[in-house]
Amino acid sequence: MAYSDKVLDHYENPRNVGSLDKNDPHVGTGMVGAPACGDVMKLQIKVSDNGVIEDAKFKTYGCGSAIASSSLVTEWLKGKTLDQASEIKNSAIAEELALPPVKIHCSVLAEDAIKSAIADLKSKQGK
Amino acid sequence: MERKPIYLDYSATTPIDPRVAEKMIPYITEHFGNPASRSHSFGWTAEKAVEEAREEVAKLVNADPREIVWTSGATESNNLAIKGASHFYSTKGKHVLTIATEHKAVIDAVRELEREGFTATYLEPEPNGLVDLEKFKKAIRPDTVLASVMIVNNEIGVIQDIEALGNICRNEKVIFHVDAAQATGKVEIDLEKLPVDLMSFSAHKTYGPKGIGALYVRRKPRIRIEAQMHGGGHERGMRSGTLATHQIVGMGEAFRIARLEMKSENERIKTLRDKLLQGLQSIEEVYVNGDLNHRIPHNLNISFNYVEGESLIMAVKDIAVSSGSACTSASLEPSYVLRALGRSDELAHSSIRFSIGRFTTEADVDFTIQLLKDKIKKLRELSPLWEMFKDGIDISKVEWAAH
Repeated sequence: MAYSDKVLDHYENPRNVGSLDKNDPHVGTGMVGAPACGDVMKLQIKVSDNGVIEDAKFKTYGCGSAIASSSLVTEWLKGKTLDQASEIKNSAIAEELALPPVKIHCSVLAEDAIKSAIADLKSKQGK
Repeated sequence: MERKPIYLDYSATTPIDPRVAEKMIPYITEHFGNPASRSHSFGWTAEKAVEEAREEVAKLVNADPREIVWTSGATESNNLAIKGASHFYSTKGKHVLTIATEHKAVIDAVRELEREGFTATYLEPEPNGLVDLEKFKKAIRPDTVLASVMIVNNEIGVIQDIEALGNICRNEKVIFHVDAAQATGKVEIDLEKLPVDLMSFSAHKTYGPKGIGALYVRRKPRIRIEAQMHGGGHERGMRSGTLATHQIVGMGEAFRIARLEMKSENERIKTLRDKLLQGLQSIEEVYVNGDLNHRIPHNLNISFNYVEGESLIMAVKDIAVSSGSACTSASLEPSYVLRALGRSDELAHSSIRFSIGRFTTEADVDFTIQLLKDKIKKLRELSPLWEMFKDGIDISKVEWAAH
């Protein structure tokens, strides 16, 4: 399969790989996908008291496109408010990385990971 | 310019040995005659070369040259044997027995027989890839006409007990076909002793050219097959078509070299394979697929746990290997062979088949070990599953939201 240069770049040099303390009340964790389906994404965001994403980390089990999609969104998330973050659409991820049709589900999974991380944070903070 | 990857896919195909190529060339240019031409020296020269090559193929497997029929390759040999014998003996019954881990050329030939009204059993092997003799015996029915089992499996390299399986077939009066495409030059084959009726060979897995193979058809007791290709009645009517002299000469020379060098070559390759195995086993959570003792030394099939198959293949592009994962298809389809061994989808996906051959060097193996160590480490640092495993979480017990 031919990958775009952007996918290859994120695959070779993934940004923001790692984990944040999931028990920190300022950290929201999203885990989506399933091993049997071939991809699992873990996305974590750390949010300041005024609702701005200060840090984002990911770990992904999956193909090059899945790794690139999650790496890309960690870059996009930093500095955004939660409202802005929840507006990130899978189509924008797919377009930026020039994903072929068979890999669109990777961008969908990345969008789901963002929503899941925000939902986790909100439930933690009782909002 | 990009450097060529290191070739570790000898089970897919082998390069033609330079000694073989050299022997073939005069039969493309100078000695171009049709071996079936009886009226002039062009034909006689070609016929002589074809018959010498037939002797060489027969010698490698201790058969009579008259038992060797030229074909275009092992796929054609498998089709000719399975369909040809099943059709010829169909008055005896219409059931065929094979193994779930056979090559597609066997599985699909049997499927075609099913479409024609035969029934078939695809026996599952044991988790180590070997066929259980009792289960095999029980799968034979009164109407079983033919059984087909490969000696060496193409994906996991395990060697089946052909002698024992053949004896069962003899006792049950079932024709026994064996696909030996992956076996020639790797395991000893003695057809004087082995109770085998039909055996398929390929040249290009044994350093000969592509596009040529052979089918062994036993004379005593005589096995009959219905031709699948009709025409000039070549090869005693079993396979019509002008013989490809240069290809046949190549196969003969390749099999001659295999007979002379098999022993020393296997020893050298086993040393390399053991080194590769040892190196890769220093990585945590790796699983060898298929039995290690009943196995050709050329093959190593390993699953790397907690690493996804497609990203693994991307990571090892500096070596040419085969993967248990089909990364070009939208729906991930893991290897049917590994599935038949009971491997989980995840482990089947993250498998790599390394196959070592005549031109593999120790430096190639050293490079491969280091590459895998580096890349697996990198991919696992990226893997949330690896993190969970390290935290002591049993991933099989996690409830995943299916998508």
